[in-house]
Amino acid sequence: MERSGLCGRSVGVTPLPPLFADWFASRGWSPRRHQLEMVAAAEAGSHALLVAPTGGGKTLAGFLPSLIDLAERGPRPATGPGSGVHTLYLSPLKALTTDVERNLMTPIREIGLNIHVETRTGDTKQSKRQRQRDFPPDILLTTPEQLALFCAWEGARSYFADLKCVVLDEVHAIWSGKRGDLLALGLARLQSFAPAMRRVGLSATIEDPDLIREWLSPSALTGEDGVTLVRGDPGAPAVIDVLISEGKVPWAGHTGQHAIPEVYAAIQRARLALIFVNTRWQSEFVFQQLWAVNDDNLPIGLHHGSLAAEQRRKIEAAMARGDLRAVVCTSTLDLGIDWGDVDLVIQMAAPKGSSRLVQRIGRANHRLDEPSRALLVPASRFEMLECQAAREAVADNAFDWEPVHIGTLDTLAQHVMGVACSEPFDMQALYDEIRTSGPYRDLTWEQFEDVVDFVATGGYALRTYDRFARIVRTQNGQWKVRNQHIAQRHRMNVGAIVSAGNLNVRVASRRGGGGTRAWVGGRKVGEAEEWYFEQLTPGDTFLFAGQVWAFQGITGTDALVTHANDKDPKIPSWGGAKFPLSTSLADRVRTMVQDRDHWRVLPPDVQEWLELQETRSVIPDAESMLVETFPRGNRHFMVAYPFEGRLAHTTLCMLLTRRLDRLGVGPLGFVVTDYSFAIWSIKPMDRIDLDALFQPDILGDDLEAWLEESFMMKRSFRNCALISGLIERRLPGAEKTGRQVTFSTDLIYDVLRRHQPDHLLLKTARADAASGLLDVARLGQMLTRIEGRIRPIALSRPSPFSVPVLVQIGRERVGGDAAEMILDESADALIAEVMEDAA
Amino acid sequence: MNAALRQTLSPARKPCGALRVLIAGETCDLRCSGALWLPTYRTLIAADLHLEKGSAFAARGQLLPPYDSRATLDRLEAEIAELNPDTVILLGDSFHDARAIARMAAADRARLDRLAAGRDWLWLEGNHDREALAQMGADVRLPGAVVGDISLGALRLTHEPEPLSAADNRHGEVAGHLHPSARVVAYGRGVRRPCFITDGSRLILPAFGAFTGGLSVRDPAIADLFAREPLIAALGRGRVHALAWEKLSGDRQ
Repeated sequence: MERSGLCGRSVGVTPLPPLFADWFASRGWSPRRHQLEMVAAAEAGSHALLVAPTGGGKTLAGFLPSLIDLAERGPRPATGPGSGVHTLYLSPLKALTTDVERNLMTPIREIGLNIHVETRTGDTKQSKRQRQRDFPPDILLTTPEQLALFCAWEGARSYFADLKCVVLDEVHAIWSGKRGDLLALGLARLQSFAPAMRRVGLSATIEDPDLIREWLSPSALTGEDGVTLVRGDPGAPAVIDVLISEGKVPWAGHTGQHAIPEVYAAIQRARLALIFVNTRWQSEFVFQQLWAVNDDNLPIGLHHGSLAAEQRRKIEAAMARGDLRAVVCTSTLDLGIDWGDVDLVIQMAAPKGSSRLVQRIGRANHRLDEPSRALLVPASRFEMLECQAAREAVADNAFDWEPVHIGTLDTLAQHVMGVACSEPFDMQALYDEIRTSGPYRDLTWEQFEDVVDFVATGGYALRTYDRFARIVRTQNGQWKVRNQHIAQRHRMNVGAIVSAGNLNVRVASRRGGGGTRAWVGGRKVGEAEEWYFEQLTPGDTFLFAGQVWAFQGITGTDALVTHANDKDPKIPSWGGAKFPLSTSLADRVRTMVQDRDHWRVLPPDVQEWLELQETRSVIPDAESMLVETFPRGNRHFMVAYPFEGRLAHTTLCMLLTRRLDRLGVGPLGFVVTDYSFAIWSIKPMDRIDLDALFQPDILGDDLEAWLEESFMMKRSFRNCALISGLIERRLPGAEKTGRQVTFSTDLIYDVLRRHQPDHLLLKTARADAASGLLDVARLGQMLTRIEGRIRPIALSRPSPFSVPVLVQIGRERVGGDAAEMILDESADALIAEVMEDAA
Repeated sequence: MNAALRQTLSPARKPCGALRVLIAGETCDLRCSGALWLPTYRTLIAADLHLEKGSAFAARGQLLPPYDSRATLDRLEAEIAELNPDTVILLGDSFHDARAIARMAAADRARLDRLAAGRDWLWLEGNHDREALAQMGADVRLPGAVVGDISLGALRLTHEPEPLSAADNRHGEVAGHLHPSARVVAYGRGVRRPCFITDGSRLILPAFGAFTGGLSVRDPAIADLFAREPLIAALGRGRVHALAWEKLSGDRQ
């Protein structure tokens, strides 16, 4: 396998069968210890989790037991027992299945094994899908969404009866969240089809393997079905440099624009560089900036999830051929796909978490024994601290941890419906099966009954839908789908990834001549979220797919654009970083800030900035939170530094402004960064009892009251409504656009919360919003941490630390009751005048 | 807003948040609820209630909450309680489909009787509920009477607005059917609300029903009904916001 880089030292554990030992020898390799341990785990019939660095032959280690087993089996019957799928491989990315297929075929071909491997994703042609149903391959490579679909198949039980092994690649990227819930439920289903099936997880970056072992196991970690942990030998430590810019590191910002010439110089010195950024819009920006200085005309490409598939394939192929020198990309290239001989990874702007950084660095130099090289480019002074912290975290092997996730009920509803589409189920038996999956270990019978009731009739207190039930009881008390039409509709809507409403971006031309002025869509350039185009008005110019376009309008599901000649697009709209700063990295930054000895590793201008902060204000100790207050213009400001990420800060500001409003200081708005937030008001805030203001009980009633009205709750409800099947995205013959879905779920939300506030979906949406969109758990920990440790200081002017957040003001929308405010401000001034007189 | 339109409409804010305008010379209060109040005739008008839309979806396998009729009637009841109208006119599409009345909960049916007691109650026919209303008297008992288009002073009430033609500018037409909504963008965020739309000659009401979506007023189906730039009155919280045409964004359909 090209990907696995198997050259290495051997450790004798169990000898491989001669066929395989010979193959390793013929390549001049010997099997690695962890590969042999995985074979041993398989022989013992044990589930296994392999944690091994990138380039350690991880994928082969996952497949090796299956290849050995398949090589040793006798002739395969065409139908009946023994003719089914032997090994199911699931990866978080479609592209990864193709990559793995290519790599898996190398040993199969070279050893001369008679093993049939196929991929199956949402893109697979109908004819191939049908063939796979009739004649299952030995190894099927697919995605978790397809597994959810398999569970809803009629005859799934017999199709998977021969299954021996499920391999979950990049398991750290799927296990938590709703996708992980659905996957865990799917695994429980497969296990009931094939009780002897082994579960195998593969990952490069896991802080706490026990969490994933617990998730992976069909019983508790300590139970008899425990998961064997296999660890690979660590690779050569990565060489990570932080760019110390010749020009000064800017005080604020998140694009790293100041460093473009230095980044370009680094590209010139490398064979093939991957330049990672945190958002798609940032990738467009960096791409454009690099081309602006590309005097040598180096082939530099762009790769992100919104580009049209053909365009992405083109870039990937060019990388594989070695035709490119650099590719600007987003997390689409994070995971283990190998497209070429990357020898340098550049991270533009701080990585926000050490696990992600390790993943990305792993893209460089896929040979275990050579160090990967990476260059971190901080976009601001705080980010300089963060990059330094990330570098140290990687050196310490400290990965980010994720909180324990409890299975969500909307996802369970989808699964239960799927099961009913597949075969009639007995409630008790299904309940027992579901509780063998990690996230649903603690599901109560009452919760399960609620979910089944929801699936059947919507779970409404007003029981008027019994006659419309989607699943019904059979004579022997089992549940089954009411009819095939409903089953068909469910299968069309399976999956746990709810994408925002996407529009196709198409190059437009004028139709006809003379009077008609209609734009007609032509070639598709890519897809992008609808919300982005909603902020544009026709004529606005923006960057997409590496070019400047003029927006012409939206028709149906197309955003129509024309080529624009502007060099500078009118709408930059990069948004902030998509990923919040991880908790462990935030801890490191806080510690670094207060440790004067540590400052020496930082560039001089950043050290000066820290010293200036110490003179003008205060450097808080790691356990305390600094709160500065000062007047500026005709406003009063409060700037605090929790270092808990944008999400938690936004939530906190929403809640604080409510309290400040009650205290009568007249809060006017707020802005946040990953490190700090600023609130401004009409009256001064330096006399306020800060301990009372930041009391953790703010997460009680205030949160509840605000959440009900917030648009985040509506977004969260929409996801739950789609996942649970309350709203269908796809109906036979027509696909709803995101807009239509958003609009109707908002109306449903409003009605439901007034008439049945304890409805299953509202409870689920509230829990989701609190954990995902609002980071409430993190906020709670932070508020507890700073209790009694708030360090207030009243200043006469802004401090050096406050500059990054203050410059955000005016650049982005400020928080508050935005919807009414927008309407109010847009109301015709003339009319307003007249009306005030008349009132 | 141009001076001519301002002259015609003579807009004024009512303390309740409603916007008072003149349509064909008749005083019209555009209310926050989306209903129209004609003080001269003590008449309340609401369009497109789409009662039982939720159960219509449920019957086809999509189990939307069964509370939309209740929610819509709650709002209608609040308006009636505040205004105590002599006449209530529902401007068509009061029921979502032909079988809607039969699916309605008994409590909701009883509430309709209560609301209609002591006043004139007129169901104006619309495309969605013509069939449902046709059953009245025979199989279905509803309060009030079913009517076609009717006139009230200078106003002509109809469900579906007539297309604009050179010969006829539809002076005084009050209609529903189109579910107009307006979108305003600021601070990188769009806000979309149901709205009234009028040029002082004709008026189109927003949909009153709880589950009724909207069509952008920029859509030709609505925009082409007006010979000159109309005024948009968007429903806000406790206030109807008067918006000029050029403030609206999006060619969104």
